[in-house]
Amino acid sequence: MTESPPPVVEMRGISLAFPGVKALQDVDFRLFPGEVHALMGENGAGKSTLIKTLTGVHTPDSGTVQLAGDAVAFSSPGQAQEAGISTVYQEVNLCANLTVAENILLGREPRKLGGIDFPAMRKRAAEVLSRIGVHIDPASSLGEHPIAVQQLVAIARAIAVDCRVLVLDEPTSSLDAGEVAELFRIMRVLRGEGVAILFVSHFLDQVYEISDRMTVLRNGTLVGEHLTSELDRRALVSKMIGRELGALEAIEEAAEKHQADGPVLVRAEGLGRRGAIAPFDLDVRAGEVVGLAGLLGSGRTELARLLFGADKADSGQLLVDGKPLHLRGPRSAIAAGIAFCSEDRKGEGLVADLSIRDNLVLAMQAARGWTRPLSRRVKDELVEKYLAALDIRPANPDALVRTLSGGNQQKVLLARWLVTEPRLLILDEPTRGIDIGAKAQIQHLVTTLAAEGTAVLFISAELEEVVRIADRIVVLRDRHKIAELDGGASLDEVVGLIAGEQLPEGVAS
Amino acid sequence: MTALTTRLPSRFLPVLATVVLFVITFGVGSVRYDGFASGQVIANLFIDNAFLIVLAAGMTFVILSGGIDLSVGSVVALSTMVTAAGLRAGWPVPLVIIAVLLIGSTLGLLMGLVIHKFDIQPFIVTLAGMFLARGLCFLISVESVSIKDTTFRDVATAVIELPGGVTITYNVVIALVVVLAALFVLHRTRFGRTVYAVGGNEQSAMLMGLKTGRTKVGVYVISGFCSALAGLLFSLYMLSGYGLHAVGMELDAIAAVVIGGTLLAGGLGYVLGSLAGVLVLGTIQTLISFQGTLSSWWTKIVIGALLLVFIAVQRGMIRDRR
Repeated sequence: MTESPPPVVEMRGISLAFPGVKALQDVDFRLFPGEVHALMGENGAGKSTLIKTLTGVHTPDSGTVQLAGDAVAFSSPGQAQEAGISTVYQEVNLCANLTVAENILLGREPRKLGGIDFPAMRKRAAEVLSRIGVHIDPASSLGEHPIAVQQLVAIARAIAVDCRVLVLDEPTSSLDAGEVAELFRIMRVLRGEGVAILFVSHFLDQVYEISDRMTVLRNGTLVGEHLTSELDRRALVSKMIGRELGALEAIEEAAEKHQADGPVLVRAEGLGRRGAIAPFDLDVRAGEVVGLAGLLGSGRTELARLLFGADKADSGQLLVDGKPLHLRGPRSAIAAGIAFCSEDRKGEGLVADLSIRDNLVLAMQAARGWTRPLSRRVKDELVEKYLAALDIRPANPDALVRTLSGGNQQKVLLARWLVTEPRLLILDEPTRGIDIGAKAQIQHLVTTLAAEGTAVLFISAELEEVVRIADRIVVLRDRHKIAELDGGASLDEVVGLIAGEQLPEGVAS
Repeated sequence: MTALTTRLPSRFLPVLATVVLFVITFGVGSVRYDGFASGQVIANLFIDNAFLIVLAAGMTFVILSGGIDLSVGSVVALSTMVTAAGLRAGWPVPLVIIAVLLIGSTLGLLMGLVIHKFDIQPFIVTLAGMFLARGLCFLISVESVSIKDTTFRDVATAVIELPGGVTITYNVVIALVVVLAALFVLHRTRFGRTVYAVGGNEQSAMLMGLKTGRTKVGVYVISGFCSALAGLLFSLYMLSGYGLHAVGMELDAIAAVVIGGTLLAGGLGYVLGSLAGVLVLGTIQTLISFQGTLSSWWTKIVIGALLLVFIAVQRGMIRDRR
């Protein structure tokens, strides 16, 4: 990790503006051969934009890019790839309808007699795959393989050329622990071969495990470049979010403060659905945060969907304000003041091609009915209010939702439900895949809402988060509600329950 | 190709379904009508639909890339018009052929460039191209122009004897050559595989560093070229040029491609499927003419029903793949 070899990539004074947003301002970045360099920053800090500037998707408004000492200006990803810069994106950007071999080699396929030499292509693909220890049939169709394997195929494509620079933009977000370990093994092999690897991940553990050096961005500007060994986590996080970590601790205290003594808002009695969730009882009081803890597939989302009427219960009943409520579908749940913020924000929540304003207005208007139009002034006031309250960036109501970062999209989705002023807000994985700053803001918002009297059902795979903000924790395992703990429960207790170790005394199952 | 075909039977289901459908319709005809199951009836299927086979081959490229080309019928008409008018003016046959192919390819190139550069829906751009080409026909002549050139007539009436006394025209040979060429380009060249990649996921194809822009423009050039060639074949078949030739033929071509199992959303399909699609359409037409009493509009009704069925099948396939 000495600085003796010259950097393979050197970017100087990169600035890039999109309509209404200064995505990058005067950013310097360098990358040395044989290192793993982590690019750190919150959502919207400009990480993806910087990467896309390097890989030829965007052309910077000003600044220079040097590759091995030569000034370069790529105008397409193809040119960058020819120059030895390969990229693996967060979402697998391959073609599921083609074969694995084609996905690895298309664009530089071996030829014979004027056509593609398929046997040679499959052989070459198999070689590349075995170099990273993946053994799948190169002739199989890519779409048949799970996402994790597709991600590895994307890496195979990246290294199939003589690649000097490998850019990995959040490659781990869809991988499980074993697959991440596999990826890191491959990364170490490539690093040993002298490849410069640019790595982006939201998981600090991973960054500290694999990276040698890091560059921190904030709001499109450079905060600093550090050796990983010289920057501890606390310092890194405060550089990323630009303020001390006090915010997270304040939430912890806030969570202690309010105790659930409000009236029971929603009560489930033996509510269940075959194949989804076994019959359960649940009380949610006004002003409390109920956390749902459990592994993936334990019935968390299924429980929430029953409460929202998205799926029909086949046993038990639901009482709202003590009166039985027959949910015919989400509409009747919404009418009863229940909101459900889905985990699939792209698929089920937002209209990506509309502006922030339109997305918010859509929800408001739907809540009021089409016969009572909102005045422009009321709309603007409400949009303004939620933009500020949730710190959505850019704070430009006309920005298209599609152009926002993941964390900000999540906030817009939240805002969409908040404008309808729900009494019970169900949040399914609201903080997944977003950075620590936005996470803290969303957690803070949840506690604030509860303090104002809203009931919140909070679902998260991150147990620390559930333990930190929930007043009560419902633990699920194998589609059964197995326990209900009060807010003072420790992480260990919850983990023990989920793992199926023991039931603490006095806990009903 | 052989390796491709043995691997994934599920991908070939729609094509197989079309082939089975062809066999069944043909079988029904053979059982019900004497003389239906003869080599010449099959040969006639090719003779009567040679131009449609060429059109469908070009359309397969466009649809595989996720686009659509509504201009092909009008370009066929324009080509017949240019052919007839050119020959009437005494141009030599090779010059006429070159002019027609150039006009068709250029129209395709222009539409492709507009679609790519301005990022406009192919539907609307090729709709404009359709009106433009149809209008240009009437600029040349509002009347039907018959073709009297002797070379041209000789080629049109020349037949090739196949074993068993079956005869075909040169049109059929050209159409089959086009299908073979399309097969090669789609499956053995980078351009062809990029067509599939763009149809599968254009954003991904771009990020993979493939030349998506060139490919998108290219498919419209190919479709334009095929339309012009189909126009030449249609001139040989009709021996006239007329602005009202081939009205709605673009829809027949699209129907053939879809019935042939190509996914309208792009990325999945085979040119051989489109060939089978044309043959199915042709067989239905033959069946109805053999029947004798049914109105020819029954062809349309059957095609409509088939299209619905095949689109429903595609829907199911997409669900399986996701």
